[in-house]
Amino acid sequence: MRGLKNMKLPRWLAPIRDTVGVSRWMFWAGVVIVAVFVVMAIFAPLLAPYSFDQVSSGGVDFPKQHAPDSTNLWGTTVGRYDVLSRVVWGSRTAVEVVLLAVAFSLVVGVPLGLMSGYIGGKLDRILVLIMDALFAFPYLLLAIVIAFLLSDKLEGFFLSDLFGAGVVTAAIAITAVYVPQYFRVVRNHVISVREEPYVEAARALGAPRRTIIGRYVLQNVIQNVPALATLNAADAILTLAALGFLGYGIQPTEAAEWGYDLQRAIDDAGAGIWWTGLFPGLAIVMLVVGFTLLGEGLNDVINPLVRSRPTEAPDIPAAGGEVGGWAPEAPVGIDRGRDP
Amino acid sequence: MSDADDNVDSGEDRSEGDVAIAPGEPLVELTDLETTYSVRGSFLDRLRDRDSGQVLAVNGVSLELRKGEVLGLVGESGSGKTTLGRTLLGLVPATSGSIKVGGEEITGRSEGQMRELRRRLQIVFQDPHASLNPALTIGALVSDPLRFHGIERDRERLRERATAALERVGLSPAEEFLDKYPADLSGGQKQRAVIARAIILEPEVLVADEPVSMLDMSVRAKILELMLELKEELGLTYLYITHDLATAKFFCDRIAIMYLGRIVEIGPAEEIYREPRHPYTQALLRAIPEPDPRRAVPRDLPRGEVPDAVSPPIGCSFHPRCPRAFEPCGWEPRDLRTALESRWTELSEEEFDAERAVLGDLGALDSSEREVVIPAGSGHEGGDVMAIFDSIREAAPDDPLWRGVESMEAAGDGVRVRFRASLEPRPLDIGGAVVRCHLHDPEAADGGSVNGE
Amino acid sequence: MSAAEENAAILEVADMRVWYGTRGDPVRAVDGVSFSIGAGETLGLVGESGCGKSTLGRGTLGLLPPMASVSGSVRYDGRELVGMDPKELRDMRGPELGLIFQEPMTRLDPLQTIEKHFRETLRTHEPDLDDDEVRRRSLEALAGMGIPPTRFKQYPHEFSGGMRQRIMIALALVLNPKVLIADEPTTALDVIVEAQILGILADLRRNFDTAVLLITHNLGIVAEACDRVAVMYAGEIVEQGDAREVFAEPAHPYTRELLRATISLETTGLNYIDGAPPSLIDPPPACRFHPRCPNAMAVCAELAPEETTGGGGQRVRCWLNGPEERIPEGGREPLEREEIAAAEEA
Repeated sequence: MRGLKNMKLPRWLAPIRDTVGVSRWMFWAGVVIVAVFVVMAIFAPLLAPYSFDQVSSGGVDFPKQHAPDSTNLWGTTVGRYDVLSRVVWGSRTAVEVVLLAVAFSLVVGVPLGLMSGYIGGKLDRILVLIMDALFAFPYLLLAIVIAFLLSDKLEGFFLSDLFGAGVVTAAIAITAVYVPQYFRVVRNHVISVREEPYVEAARALGAPRRTIIGRYVLQNVIQNVPALATLNAADAILTLAALGFLGYGIQPTEAAEWGYDLQRAIDDAGAGIWWTGLFPGLAIVMLVVGFTLLGEGLNDVINPLVRSRPTEAPDIPAAGGEVGGWAPEAPVGIDRGRDP
Repeated sequence: MSDADDNVDSGEDRSEGDVAIAPGEPLVELTDLETTYSVRGSFLDRLRDRDSGQVLAVNGVSLELRKGEVLGLVGESGSGKTTLGRTLLGLVPATSGSIKVGGEEITGRSEGQMRELRRRLQIVFQDPHASLNPALTIGALVSDPLRFHGIERDRERLRERATAALERVGLSPAEEFLDKYPADLSGGQKQRAVIARAIILEPEVLVADEPVSMLDMSVRAKILELMLELKEELGLTYLYITHDLATAKFFCDRIAIMYLGRIVEIGPAEEIYREPRHPYTQALLRAIPEPDPRRAVPRDLPRGEVPDAVSPPIGCSFHPRCPRAFEPCGWEPRDLRTALESRWTELSEEEFDAERAVLGDLGALDSSEREVVIPAGSGHEGGDVMAIFDSIREAAPDDPLWRGVESMEAAGDGVRVRFRASLEPRPLDIGGAVVRCHLHDPEAADGGSVNGE
Repeated sequence: MSAAEENAAILEVADMRVWYGTRGDPVRAVDGVSFSIGAGETLGLVGESGCGKSTLGRGTLGLLPPMASVSGSVRYDGRELVGMDPKELRDMRGPELGLIFQEPMTRLDPLQTIEKHFRETLRTHEPDLDDDEVRRRSLEALAGMGIPPTRFKQYPHEFSGGMRQRIMIALALVLNPKVLIADEPTTALDVIVEAQILGILADLRRNFDTAVLLITHNLGIVAEACDRVAVMYAGEIVEQGDAREVFAEPAHPYTRELLRATISLETTGLNYIDGAPPSLIDPPPACRFHPRCPNAMAVCAELAPEETTGGGGQRVRCWLNGPEERIPEGGREPLEREEIAAAEEA
């Protein structure tokens, strides 16, 4: 962390160096947790003892619902999968889906919000109506409907070859849920930035509209997006798990997915088989917590005024008289009896 | 980018159709310019879909800006001076009238066509901090106009041009500023950067909207001096928009005084300061605080403030505040309300309650009719109301209002008031200046010859 | 200062310091300031922005953010305010010490009528007032500001900017404070309205015997509305005295240059002060104005100037005004400095 002091950071990230106290702690805890899962995702083939759909090793079938032992460190599931391997591979699925979903949401939500906010008028009304309708829809239901509509339709899609059709489907379903949020945040911010004198100044200087939007509006709006994206990522993990849990997500043969595993583990819980549910469940909780901490930390870093960063009152050397000092108060107007 | 770009755009070229205009010739001509905008009413009004009202921010202004001059456009907030500047640049559309730049009509142009024009007309806004994009460096901000107009694309060249512009406005060594962000600069430095950005396109006209009013006294003079230097060096023509006649005195060749969307007086600066003819100009001049403790706060200032532009006073819009108003200035029931209210500030609470009870609904006082009946309160009659007005009149018999009241009599359970017909002040040529005030109009001044509206 | 003034002083500030904590060294916004205001007297506090004027005003009332420390003494009517219990101090703000801010709009609650503003203000400090009394006193205060009783039940947005500032002043005056601190009360207003408000403030000291501390950056306003003036630079008061005398014969070069830079109808040329007020974290040594001072001498960069009495009876801290015997040999030589570029201006 100390090395960071000397790091050349982009301007908007520079405040990271200045964070203190809780937000600093939250930010770095989030970074560490998320990094652990990203490493797991990237190196899943190396870290996981078996493949996610492997039910035997060295010609020997894994036993069903077997308690943790030396062959299966975290035990096996009812489908004879190795729990540890499923959890590790599951992080790859989660990270892939989250990345895709965030990317899709940004690509769709940010430009729409920009246009809607800057151009305004009819376009704005229509887009706001659509987005509000999407927003008002129960999010899980929306994701299920999209996932259902898209199932088996994405076979030829170029991303499907890279990530698998199931992952892309899930990502798009989640995107539909989060686009309205990006849209709203960006649009509302654009509306306030649009009225800034520097935007009018750019117009007065003869800037073409696309330059104004891209260079003068977007640059001042985009800074809120990383925090939002990170917080949404946390939410997306839960949505993905919910989809899997309900059976509308990724099929177990296609990729490992924690939600699906949780669902399969329900019956085990009553029978004292704790390992099938505990580990995927913990993984979900940890990653969600990680993203949330990172998002909240980023929020504090980017909008430092939201939570004031206290500095201590200095000591005034006694040379100038005795050091007094009253308990200070925030400035208020004519004191109307309300405590500040 | 390729060097070819450099050859194509030397940056010196002007848009075609540009006819050389000799100094002193009109460069920008405004004729009967009107700019309206609608104001949002209250939440309830909007729910009821009620027309919330139009503000005539610029109300029939005719003006010419001569090449090489500094024209001061002076007025209080709400005078429409800023809207006029923004209309001139096409930042808000003109409702009617014409704007000609170098003989070319520019009203009704599309945003795309206006873009080209903005190489010739530039603006410096009041708040230097707010008019610089906080996300860009000073170097990028200053050179952006070149990029906007496709004059220069090469990064190195852009930087060179920005350096030259910054040095020109006194931000030297420019290297110290190129990579800084606006937040790192002081107010005066920011305003210099804004000016650098405005002159980098080598415009002909610079609209300066209160360029120094947000700056400290200690730097105002420096920025004004810089602007004067640039004017000489670059052959600029300025429209200097301000509320401050003191800075305008140093800066302007001609002065136009604006009040509620109209130009009430315009003329050579020397003439305006030597002999201000419009009572409003006189008031503005008297109100300027002078760093001389022997002078007390001026007391004979116009009462009240600039009225709401949604429903401006009839006749001369300055008449409700004017100490020298007389018969034809446009008296109306609202002026009676002002008189009543100012009387009430001098009464004790009991006296006020008693008097208020004598009067009925005062809604009639909000109209602009020539004749209104002010009803008495329940249990009172016209005579009682009349008595109140009589005592107001007695207290201040010289109040201009009474010259505007043609007749006033008790009529049953109320008082009927008839005002004199109003006369729109017309522009009058006096001593090289143009004044819109009945005091200087021999036809209106005899108080009788009223041809009404 | 004459003995008579000393006796009548209602507010006495002595060697006051207000420092703000930062991550690094503290900001010495107010650094050893002494002045006093007598009943019915208006003191104008003037200087460039960033000189600590507002901090001084707020610090006097104990209205400072948590990272500020205060030392020295602020005596109001014989009572020490520095170190006073916050609750007690809060009760004094309003009935004893009033405050008027720059932006009247943001200080009025848009959802409450003027009547409610007054009722709350009065009831907070005088809980036993009955409704009639509240109304009587409010209307009286408003009428004094030229606001008719018919507008008592209106909301802040129904008033113009100047009216709102009048309401703010009426709200401050309804409690009859003995000291009123007005922080740039006319900056956001038009010239004519500004003159109207200044007229009101000028009347205050005559009619109510209120002591007023008027903070402004405009010397013209000080000249018109103040009896005495204190010129502040970089956290210190460099000159204070009778306004007529200070304006007629400014003893400190900073005062003189500020006067020259003020653009009014009477000025005959454009003048300005080179450079900008220094950082208050690390102000220049000795006389803080020496890097910008056209008359700087060698001593100015070496020794802090002592308080002396100027030609007009004002108190001034500048070596030009002596004391002669304290200036070391060669101290009168002109100070050699680098030229100040526009790059360093305010």
